[in-house]
Amino acid sequence: MTLRVPRRTIAAFLGPAVAALALVGIAPLLYAVWKSLHYFNLTKLAQQRFVGLDNYASVLTDPVFWQAMGRTALLFAISVPVQIALGLTIALVLHRPGLTFWKTLTRLSLVLPMATTYAVVGLLAQVMLNEKYGVINQMLGWIGVDAINFIGDPTNAFIAVILWDIWQWTPFVALVLLAGLSTVPPEIEEAAKLETRSDWTVLRHVQLPFLVPSLVAILILRTADTLKLFDMPFTMTRGGPGSATEFIAVLIERVGNRQFDIGLAAAQSIIMLALTIFLARLYIKVFYKEVR
Amino acid sequence: MAAPLQRRALWGEAAILVLIGLFCVFPFYWMVTTSLKTQIIALESPPVWLFTPTLANYWEVLFEDKVAPTLINSIIVAVCTTGLAVALGTPAAYALARFEFRGKQDLWFWFITNRFVSPVVLAFPVFLIARETGLRDTHAALILMYLTFTLPIVIWICTDQFRSIPRELDEAALLEGASQWTIFRRICLPLAMPGVAVSSILSFIFSWNELLFAYILAPKAAKTAPAMAVTFMEGYDVPYGKIMATSTLIVVPVLIFAMLASKHLVRGLTMGAVK
Repeated sequence: MTLRVPRRTIAAFLGPAVAALALVGIAPLLYAVWKSLHYFNLTKLAQQRFVGLDNYASVLTDPVFWQAMGRTALLFAISVPVQIALGLTIALVLHRPGLTFWKTLTRLSLVLPMATTYAVVGLLAQVMLNEKYGVINQMLGWIGVDAINFIGDPTNAFIAVILWDIWQWTPFVALVLLAGLSTVPPEIEEAAKLETRSDWTVLRHVQLPFLVPSLVAILILRTADTLKLFDMPFTMTRGGPGSATEFIAVLIERVGNRQFDIGLAAAQSIIMLALTIFLARLYIKVFYKEVR
Repeated sequence: MAAPLQRRALWGEAAILVLIGLFCVFPFYWMVTTSLKTQIIALESPPVWLFTPTLANYWEVLFEDKVAPTLINSIIVAVCTTGLAVALGTPAAYALARFEFRGKQDLWFWFITNRFVSPVVLAFPVFLIARETGLRDTHAALILMYLTFTLPIVIWICTDQFRSIPRELDEAALLEGASQWTIFRRICLPLAMPGVAVSSILSFIFSWNELLFAYILAPKAAKTAPAMAVTFMEGYDVPYGKIMATSTLIVVPVLIFAMLASKHLVRGLTMGAVK
């Protein structure tokens, strides 16, 4: 039974939260749309004028924007499959019975990377990946690999961002998949294990269907977070060397904060937001259809 | 024959667990040990693992490099935005859990999808607004902007919590003539404290970690600790020990909170993508 409550009461409970979120979430967004229709540069305020969709046209035809998008897509395309593969392995190990105490401890350590301040993760990368003083290069030396200039070389810097993204988010993926594995009814899993000795068969035909919602969630969240990714590459490389690690959010920050072209930055961020929403809807449509 | 085989499998599994643990924890070990090195030791090549630790870096960053005030700013901002989010979010969560009204699903969806809006979209318009209104470089600007992610977290966690409270309690109180507000304040909110605590911890962690808004909106007086850490990287002589000391000071409180709420952290991070 649901209580019938006067509208006034409902408004009193919800009003403050709605007003606050409209103020900080919607109002700036509308202001961004408005500014994106202007030429608006903080260093040339006198030249401010309405330009219609010009900013959008220049963003959509700007190779720098598309290169940043491409880089962001490449980061996603490499690191997310690795995160899912490693995360699934970790989740399957943790899902097995036995060694309870050690598994609790491992699960606790998995929480640490994703809680770590993203800016600090980038700083850590600077320290650990340094060509001369970095511990990673020391370890590579132990197995006979020559020191790698991670931060200074464009390709290596990109690889370093991928590695660090994998470090920070594999544990998250593992824990989400672990939660997914626990939704498999134990009777079904037990029965399947009596039928076949192959863990792979159990995974493919029994556990995987139950993991689909988790996988969709991971895809949606990792897409949104990769498009948002700013702190870690910013503190690690400032988008460099050159523009090797200038992902989309880092590019927008540079255009707005370091070139002061806020009209253009607004147009870029609106396009990025539209893309985020489009992709989230696409995933839900494609993957949830398959389940049904 | 089966027993030794099983034992060997168990050892293999234990080894994998240790490897996973090391993978997660090693960067923190390196951060803390580097923070205890002098600049000379930190710049040994190859890096040294055993050395005489010193707390000099902590002393220097806290009192000479003015990290202490930025940590205080971070605490002020994170605590205030969390308090505000709980004050605004719990009544809203209660309404979403208990009342039926038109557009409820849409409202819920709107609250939650704030998770997907990149701060970089909002940062520049807010920067302009803050410049006009004199809110630039104040705690208030950050406290308000952090509501974009703390308020949805509180609503998301607490709505579930309120739903789990049996309705019989409210109905009994209603028969005795209690108003909805009294029921919320006196009966449901106390019972929902676990959810309030979890969502407070999560919103504290997310506010504490935030960089982009802080970097753009609060360059000096209200500068937060992560924004401060960034400025160390500017210049030629990179002070590794100091950077890692600052990093440790920033990260330790969040890690403690994350351990306390470890079961719920994933739930907080998956907001909007799972039911």
